[in-house]
Amino acid sequence: MFYRENGQFKTSYEKDQQVFSIPQDRWAIFAIIAFAFIGIPLLVDEYLFRAILIPFVILSLAALGVNILVGYCGQITLGAGAFMAIGAYAGYNFLVRISGMPTLGAILLGGLTAAVVGIVFGAPSLRVRGLYLAVATLAAQFFWDWAFLRIKWFTNDSPSGSVFVADVSLMGWTVNTAAEKYLFCLGILVVFSLLAKNMVRGSIGRQWMAIRDMDVAATVIGIRPMYAKLSAFAVSSFYVGVAGALWGFVHLGSWEPAAFSIDRSFQLLFMVIIGGMGSIVGSFFGAAFIVILPLFLNQMLPVVGGLFGLDVSIALVSHVEIMIFGALIIFFLIVEPHGIARLWSTGREKLRLWPFPH
Amino acid sequence: MSGRKIGEVILDLKNITLRFGGVTALEDISFDVREHEVRAIIGPNGAGKSSMLNVINGVYRPQEGDIILRGEHHANMDSYGAAKAGLARTFQNIALFKGMSVLDNIMTGRNLKMKANLLQQAVWFGPAQREELEHREKVEEIIDFLEIQHIRKTPVGRLPYGLQKRVDLARALAMEPQILLLDEPMAGMNVEEKQDMSRFILDVNDQFGTTVVLIEHDMGVVMDISDRVVVLDYGKKIGDGTPDEVRANPDVISAYLGASH
Amino acid sequence: MAFFLETLLGGLMSGMLYSLVALGFVLIYKASGVFNFAQGAMVLFAALSMARFSEWIPQWLGMENLFLANLLAFVVSVAVMFVVAWLIERLVLRHLVNQEGATLLMATLGIAYFLDGVGQTIFGSDIYKIDVGMPKEPVFLLESIFQGGILINKEDFIAAFVSAMLVVALSIFFQKTSTGRALRAVADDHQAAQSIGIPLNRIWVIVWCVAGITALVAGIIWGSKLGAQFSLSTVALRALPVVILGGLTSIPGAIIGGLIIGVGEKLSEVFLGPYVGGGIEIWFAYMLALIFLLFRPQGLFGEKIIDRV
Repeated sequence: MFYRENGQFKTSYEKDQQVFSIPQDRWAIFAIIAFAFIGIPLLVDEYLFRAILIPFVILSLAALGVNILVGYCGQITLGAGAFMAIGAYAGYNFLVRISGMPTLGAILLGGLTAAVVGIVFGAPSLRVRGLYLAVATLAAQFFWDWAFLRIKWFTNDSPSGSVFVADVSLMGWTVNTAAEKYLFCLGILVVFSLLAKNMVRGSIGRQWMAIRDMDVAATVIGIRPMYAKLSAFAVSSFYVGVAGALWGFVHLGSWEPAAFSIDRSFQLLFMVIIGGMGSIVGSFFGAAFIVILPLFLNQMLPVVGGLFGLDVSIALVSHVEIMIFGALIIFFLIVEPHGIARLWSTGREKLRLWPFPH
Repeated sequence: MSGRKIGEVILDLKNITLRFGGVTALEDISFDVREHEVRAIIGPNGAGKSSMLNVINGVYRPQEGDIILRGEHHANMDSYGAAKAGLARTFQNIALFKGMSVLDNIMTGRNLKMKANLLQQAVWFGPAQREELEHREKVEEIIDFLEIQHIRKTPVGRLPYGLQKRVDLARALAMEPQILLLDEPMAGMNVEEKQDMSRFILDVNDQFGTTVVLIEHDMGVVMDISDRVVVLDYGKKIGDGTPDEVRANPDVISAYLGASH
Repeated sequence: MAFFLETLLGGLMSGMLYSLVALGFVLIYKASGVFNFAQGAMVLFAALSMARFSEWIPQWLGMENLFLANLLAFVVSVAVMFVVAWLIERLVLRHLVNQEGATLLMATLGIAYFLDGVGQTIFGSDIYKIDVGMPKEPVFLLESIFQGGILINKEDFIAAFVSAMLVVALSIFFQKTSTGRALRAVADDHQAAQSIGIPLNRIWVIVWCVAGITALVAGIIWGSKLGAQFSLSTVALRALPVVILGGLTSIPGAIIGGLIIGVGEKLSEVFLGPYVGGGIEIWFAYMLALIFLLFRPQGLFGEKIIDRV
């Protein structure tokens, strides 16, 4: 089928409002989702699941949360890692302290707890912005880093300081193998992405973007900055918290606070910048990019170095990696602030009009 | 002008004084606005016109004075409160939401009237979708009215200046305000665009009965479309009355000497 | 009492170093409205450069004189920091003029990562020694008043002295030289400064160069205490609350803020730490900054921010 729109007319506002108003897009998305659920588990081996796909799916969810706050509502955060930690540790406590708590319930409650804490640490956004807000979110990061390390209650008095979740199950289905873990996380990601899309295309999404673009005008029009900002903090922290719980429960199994350090916060922010601020699909691009790049460099650099007779150490690879991240951040901020997502949509626009670009 | 009837006083400003640190931007200014009228505020640069508008819709709070809106005191209202009370405004340096399409910009104007909660919106199907469609229809009416159908999906950042001004007006109209405050709606426009904008303002006033308070520099336009004019100079009121009265006022003439056309 | 004073003095000493890093923040913020997250990476870069060149130069030239080696390494490092400053202006800032604060902040985060990566690729990623002949032995003060006196490191003392001298030198530079006046003009109003013929880009390069020198001094002092190593890069994160406290636009604010945070950290760690499990100094500073944000966002000495519609 050609990627053509002529002959397709939208006859009602309802049709015009659909998420994918072009039928070809709709089919493509269904095909991708079907492939992700059915095709990938048939094709992919254990290592790819553990090293790439599961981290990609979970970090996509976290990046989506950060994007709601940073990309849609225009509030900066350098503390997303802390909210992943809150989701993970709160979920863990719900799981071990309440008997009969289902895993999914604990994960969602972990997310809710993160949302509540997100509102508290988002409160300064009502008075300050930019750098000053970044400081408030950093305060959250450092405080919770410390709290989960030093306050034994949070780790259920575990002697080593690390906690573990034995098994994850969903209504009788025990999530054991790597493929099952992947499917479990993917299911959550798909549902959450759809909910996020609904929010950003509706009235709340418009409120967030209005606050982002021009907050004084937004207030004059009847948007309460308090509601818009705090709801963005709450929804964002909820997403990030659920992702954190999945990271701990499903991906790691057992973890320590270092899994959610400030480096994680920066990483999530970078995903959003590189993938595309204010774009849902951009969050996925960003997560994919940041998950795959280190693996790619690990494979490629020694080979390239070998061509020039250089011995490439692991340390060097990691230095080159952060160099590339840094350079890419600057590149995208200067050249394409809307990230890979914009490059993608520009390409698609071209395809829509091809071969008659005018 | 057509059959619209100018009614009672709807907005009454009493002895407004506004200071920034040591600078007095507005000094003891009083005037009223009647329902359904077009009221203009004029004055040389720095006269305090925009500050006056900012006081009316709660962006600035005056140190002294009272704002009486439909018989109720509103001196301490913030801009969200002003929006709720039925005041909408446009901005001198267009304050559109640059990252959003024309349609979304105008839809934000419906925000106060949309009631679906966060969860309903996340689910979409059901109340949220119904509400969205309902308001979309209203917004499309405004889009038709202002003749901007062709650009509804365009991001506002890409529009030329004149069209942005029109979208700014559309967003304010989407609030279905009782009082519309316009801050230099025709600044930087060519003659044709000014004529279009004047027509829109008069149509709004005429068809919806919206009370209009506007700031404008172009004397010709002001004298043509307004019912009554307030003249400010250096933060003080120096004239108030019908266009003809104001034109004959010696204080106004001396303030504008050399500046008027 | 002696113990309290000792802690207090220790706090003041480390506070002086925070002030030094905070000074780098304030200089750049004043002149270009950029909050430079890369200040810490610059400290690391400068320290690595100093450490490695003072090791390499004697090897290359086959000389033994430690003083001369350090001097040459210092000169080379200053040159390196100038090049870094020039590149940052050329490749990054120039393209981001008039962008929002948050965008610039993220850009400097990118710079920080890039510098960390490049620095460790060129200079290596072990812990390197910086030996500028700082005396290590402790001294005792006020023995006549307290029994046993107060224990202080000579090294800390010299570090604090050097920091103070640098602050004085910068203040003179800002107040008395024509470049300093131009810098202040740019800080007040970019466009106005440009319209009277002050070259904006050159001013920015100069500011980043000056910030580079403060980074180098901070790097040498910290490096000679702890070795030049990656953790220096996190200094920026520790000095960030300092500028919030002192006010982003105020040089005295940076200094006093640094001292307050330095003392606050030490006192809270020593007197509060035991009750809550220790390790609180990093978030303590941030919480202090957070409280300031809520009640006095412009900090102790900063200028009040007024939004215009």
